[in-house]
Amino acid sequence: MGLALFTILIFPGFLFVSVFGLMAEFFDRRIYARLQNRVGPPWFQAFADFIKLLGKEDIVPCAANEKMFDFAPLFALTSAVTVFLYIPLWKAPVTFSFNGDIVMMLYLLTIPTLAFFIGGWYSRSLYARLGSVRCVTQLFAYEVPLFMSILSSALLANTWELKEVAAFYLKHPLYSLFNLVGFFVSLIAILGKLEKVPFDIPEAETEIVAGTFTEYSGRRLAILRLTIDVEMVVGAALLVAVFFPFALYFQSVLGFLVAVLEICGVIALLALLRTIVARLRIDQMINFCWKVLVPFSLFQLLLNLILKGKLIL
Amino acid sequence: MHHSSKFKIPMGPQHPALKEPESFSIALKGEKIMGVDIRLGYNHRGIEKACEERTFVQDVYLIERVCGICSHSHSTAFVQGVEEIAGLIVPPRAQYIRTLIGELERVHSHLLWLGVAGHEIGFDTLLMYTWRDREIVMDILALLSGNRVNYGMNMIGGVRRNVTEEQAQDILKGVKTLEERTKYYIEVATQETTIIKRLSGVGVLKKDDALRLGAVGPTARASGVEYDVRRNDPYAAYAELDFNVITDTNSDVYGRTIVRVKELLESYKMIRQCLKNLPNGPIAVKAPRKIPAGEAISRYEAPRGEDVHYIKSNGGEKPERVKVRAPTLANIQAVKHMLKDRYLADMPIVVAAIDPCFSCTDRLVSVKGNAGKSKKILTWEALRNYSVEWHQVHGIDFTELSYKFRTKMERF
Repeated sequence: MGLALFTILIFPGFLFVSVFGLMAEFFDRRIYARLQNRVGPPWFQAFADFIKLLGKEDIVPCAANEKMFDFAPLFALTSAVTVFLYIPLWKAPVTFSFNGDIVMMLYLLTIPTLAFFIGGWYSRSLYARLGSVRCVTQLFAYEVPLFMSILSSALLANTWELKEVAAFYLKHPLYSLFNLVGFFVSLIAILGKLEKVPFDIPEAETEIVAGTFTEYSGRRLAILRLTIDVEMVVGAALLVAVFFPFALYFQSVLGFLVAVLEICGVIALLALLRTIVARLRIDQMINFCWKVLVPFSLFQLLLNLILKGKLIL
Repeated sequence: MHHSSKFKIPMGPQHPALKEPESFSIALKGEKIMGVDIRLGYNHRGIEKACEERTFVQDVYLIERVCGICSHSHSTAFVQGVEEIAGLIVPPRAQYIRTLIGELERVHSHLLWLGVAGHEIGFDTLLMYTWRDREIVMDILALLSGNRVNYGMNMIGGVRRNVTEEQAQDILKGVKTLEERTKYYIEVATQETTIIKRLSGVGVLKKDDALRLGAVGPTARASGVEYDVRRNDPYAAYAELDFNVITDTNSDVYGRTIVRVKELLESYKMIRQCLKNLPNGPIAVKAPRKIPAGEAISRYEAPRGEDVHYIKSNGGEKPERVKVRAPTLANIQAVKHMLKDRYLADMPIVVAAIDPCFSCTDRLVSVKGNAGKSKKILTWEALRNYSVEWHQVHGIDFTELSYKFRTKMERF
């Protein structure tokens, strides 16, 4: 009981993921800044922002539905943190796992987006409502290629349990090379989930102020921002676990370091992607996802099906 | 928010897309713009009236502050008008220095615009890069005039500071770097897929519409209107310079971007010519304090388009009337046309594409006669009395306060 609580609340649960998330935000912003020929923030910037926001006045708009407005950030954060407990990175016996957990993880990762939608929608601001609608519209576009490419990797491993998927690729590392297309598709799709350029349409600053988060302030905004940071870490960790779970080779501390390094690598790739492009319009984004990303992920699916046929034979 | 329902979304007076307060009320259907209501007037500063209260020499200082970006444009347009009334012959060296500063200003304005455009379409990397390079031209301007934005170079009858040989070398060095970078930006703007996707086909303004709505500057030139005051009505040293008027036939935001980045290259060419052919001689002639009676219209191709100044003198030290027609006032009508049937996401970049400067544009309009039955025109005194009464009805009495204020003022 005590151990389970420790796992959930401290390591590798809530506390660890939060700190990791804030550090990841710094890392992401720093790389983004360096690529743009800027200096970038110091390492404690994300923490300072978080603490400052916690101390700020917390305003709930009169017209907002207070309960929904209140619970949305908590739901978002909780589900994002939960995913991390299921991801096998360095710990050989993963904290929790069962057959089919990979599907559950993907759905848990969808909850923050829905929570953003609900929070934005019930805050009754026009900007927030527009942002919420964009949020969900976007969800339908990037979710499909993301699911397909991640699940096609699991398909090759012939299991729906992430632990087993990781074990499979650990055993046959060369097979992960066949998944490169899927990796890049899900990398781009994750940008949509994290609402970063070119898919930062739900919070396009120059169009709809802060989009979904327009009415949020103080504590609730701090939680929402933390959610995005945690989502970034969890998303990157999921990609690492599904496509390149090589940190499992190593013993505890070394494995931990390699896993962190791999996650940072994925975050750096995300930062690079968002440096070199402009924001798309929502219609262009949906077109891009369905016409470019989905065919690529279908190709990945087909490739893995063929490979799997060979494997059984 | 069902997609068939229409609703209005306010963009401004305070909005992150706008750098100055201005109100755009947008009627939306889903993501589509059904109509736009533009309200100007949040930035009115009464400069034209203030000019009438000051002498011509003081006005040069004031007029320079009409705009924070094209400050040299406004002050040159003003002094040109005054010089025309006074019949002053400005020495050629001063004309060249004015042209030089004018082109440097165009470089800094266009680079600034490119960055803002990048930011509006969510491409912050472009913003950071162009604004980094803009520092080069800002440093050059600071080197020449001591100031980064309000250069204070113009005076009636010439310019106030000379350009030395060393400064010329520094400028050439800076311009060389800028030219390389600009070529890179042209490459970026014409090849990066997301930029092209966001810019081409957005904010279309056909040639006929551009002429009908009176668009000026790069906005008009991007619609294929080959009009540039520097070529059509040369002032300063432009008649002696060799340059091309850049036009484009894309007629959209993409075309406006192309026109601006290509104009940068033309500006570098002109800066080099100015420095090479800089004539010797004095940089100013003495101007009289009292400007003889007369009126003049002065035109100047500011970075944003044609800038028109009208000056009327009654023979005294102060002008009788100064009228400024900033380029944004000519372009703002086109914005409404450009936004027709576009998406909300295009709104910031379409507005930004005319390179708006709202504070230059805001004017006070006085309505003469009774426009409607519900409207009446009040004199200043009547308005004041009305306001006092209104506050008394609402329980706030100013009579005692204003009495106290008056007695205090009398003590001074």
